[in-house]
Amino acid sequence: MAMKWHFSHRLLVVELNAAPALTVSVQEADFDVAALQRQLITGTGQEGAVVTFTGHVRKVGTDQPVDSMLLEHYPGMTENSITDILRQASARWPLLAASVVHRVGRLQAGDQIVWVGVTSAHREAAFNACEFVMDYLKNEAPFWKKEQGPRGGQWVEARHEDRQRAARWDSDATK
Amino acid sequence: MLKVLFFARVKEELDCPALDLPWSESIASVERLQAQLCESGGQRWQEVLSQPNMVRAVNQTVVSGDAPLCDGDEVAFFPPVTGG
Repeated sequence: MAMKWHFSHRLLVVELNAAPALTVSVQEADFDVAALQRQLITGTGQEGAVVTFTGHVRKVGTDQPVDSMLLEHYPGMTENSITDILRQASARWPLLAASVVHRVGRLQAGDQIVWVGVTSAHREAAFNACEFVMDYLKNEAPFWKKEQGPRGGQWVEARHEDRQRAARWDSDATK
Repeated sequence: MLKVLFFARVKEELDCPALDLPWSESIASVERLQAQLCESGGQRWQEVLSQPNMVRAVNQTVVSGDAPLCDGDEVAFFPPVTGG
């Protein structure tokens, strides 16, 4: 009996120590959130929590209604930057998988723009990691938004509030 | 050769997405490269590149302050990011 428990315990440790699956996609095409969530699940039955976030293009812009939005990025650096953020999240919380999809190019108001999905054995790690990834992505990943409205094109300015949200993860309280 | 890239508002204001510069010791740091771009580009380039919130990256990693450059490096200038 003791032998059996010991074997199971060791097996569990090996599985938890396996590197989480991290995936990043920067794409023009729209995405299917249900399909993306299914892809996160490993099929091993370890997931106790799946937390996802979907961002949309708002119709209300900085100071004009938004008809469409142009998303520009720095190819190569964008993917590396998001992968690094996912690695930081998986070093901080015991994740099973983490994935980001971010669209670029011309988007219309109401369109999906970004998706983050995180799985973990327990909800606290998944909730925290998903929010951490979005907070860091908004401050570090090289994307730029240009809103198009009745008064023409206008580059979106970086917000101090977004920097503050990311900075709060540096405090010990959230580690 | 040094590859220099500009993105978003910076690219638009300079009307220039990218430059290839022949390598020389006179551009062997980000500060020296920026000074040379301002000098050769004139007042417009000086105004755009000296904006206080300008972000600078070397080989796709953001650098703060000055940073040394080597032949073959990729340098990028862009405004604070606004994705998500």
